Amino acid sequence: MNHLLREHAPITDAGWKLIDEEARERLLPGLASRRLVDFSGPHGWERSATNLGRVERVDVSELEGIEANRRVVLALIELRARFVVSREELRAGDRGAEDVDFDELDAAAQRIVEAENTAVFHAWPKAGIAGITASSPHEAIVRGAGFEDYTGCVARAVELLLRSGIAGPYGLALGREDYTSVVETAEHGGYPLLDHLRNIIKGPIVWAPGVTGAVVVSMRGGDFALESGQDISVGYSSHDAEVVSLYLEESYSFRVLTPEAAVAIEPPKGAR
Amino acid sequence: MGFDQYHEPPDELPEQTRTFARLCASLTEEAEAIGWYEQRLAIESDPEAKAVMADAVGEEYKHFSMDLEFLLRRTPKWREIARGVLFQPGDIVEHGEAAEAGAGGEADGDGDGDGGEHSPAGAPTEADVGGGSLDIGSLRGQGL
Repeated sequence: MNHLLREHAPITDAGWKLIDEEARERLLPGLASRRLVDFSGPHGWERSATNLGRVERVDVSELEGIEANRRVVLALIELRARFVVSREELRAGDRGAEDVDFDELDAAAQRIVEAENTAVFHAWPKAGIAGITASSPHEAIVRGAGFEDYTGCVARAVELLLRSGIAGPYGLALGREDYTSVVETAEHGGYPLLDHLRNIIKGPIVWAPGVTGAVVVSMRGGDFALESGQDISVGYSSHDAEVVSLYLEESYSFRVLTPEAAVAIEPPKGAR
Repeated sequence: MGFDQYHEPPDELPEQTRTFARLCASLTEEAEAIGWYEQRLAIESDPEAKAVMADAVGEEYKHFSMDLEFLLRRTPKWREIARGVLFQPGDIVEHGEAAEAGAGGEADGDGDGDGGEHSPAGAPTEADVGGGSLDIGSLRGQGL
């Protein structure tokens, strides 16, 4: 048994299958960071830190003739989103019900998705994660309130990257509002905005809940590193006669290796 | 082109099983190549030829490792067992038994090495309920 303690849950094998499938289904569409940045792992729950190859500048030696430097590492973050599942609903699933109520699981999956995206694309200072837009030295490009000239904004972001010597292909992470507008908008002449953006970006365009505005990133590799300890998993906490308490859990670190390899596209002030 | 890696009709197999079978076949081929190179190296007397083949067998080991890593990522329980066996000093067989027990294998259902005292017969094991990982990993390049 591992630390997720799944064997202790009053859940049948079929019930676990339903839960795992539902979780994957709810997580996959929104995990935008994994679609755009380098991903390594999973390295296991035991992985505690990412090697940065650096030491603190302070000599901590207390002995004459000895130099001592402490290694600097980036600690992995443990992310957990708790939810409950009704035992009555699980019993229904065992009988073959196809509409088992997993509302709390769905909400927990969304929280994990947004937490991962927010940390990677923006920042999570308390967790030691300097995100992509917070690290970028480029001034953010501010889009129009009505999404007018959105292609111009994206093209300017790409040109800014090219000018900085950052090669493509590029990827585009669209926050909720930007995504909705992009997919429903046709430019003059009826050409879909999404298709026009594809021609500019030359790489994936992804739905990124948790992102404010949009972010253009280089996909050449080596610029952004998401290191997974334990990949997203479902574990067991406790149960009573009515519900089983479970959680989604993952551990990871994120590093920006080339800060200039991304440009943010922000909504106008007042629309954020 | 043959399709010998499939034991069942390919049309009836899910896509991920077909991929898994291809990598299993690739792993077998790499292992065969390693065996062949080791034999050739054992009898080759020309040092230059030996150096070339020694370099080539290194590639085969790399490919073998990559295939193995792929297969283990897709099978969390076997990955747990492999973690207890690979790169461990000491008795390989003992490590194998202990790792199997730790992963909910036949030696000890609850993995605490006590003979399964806390796991009564019929209780679910990690193999039954899955390791817990949703095995999502990298989605790089997948867009709208």
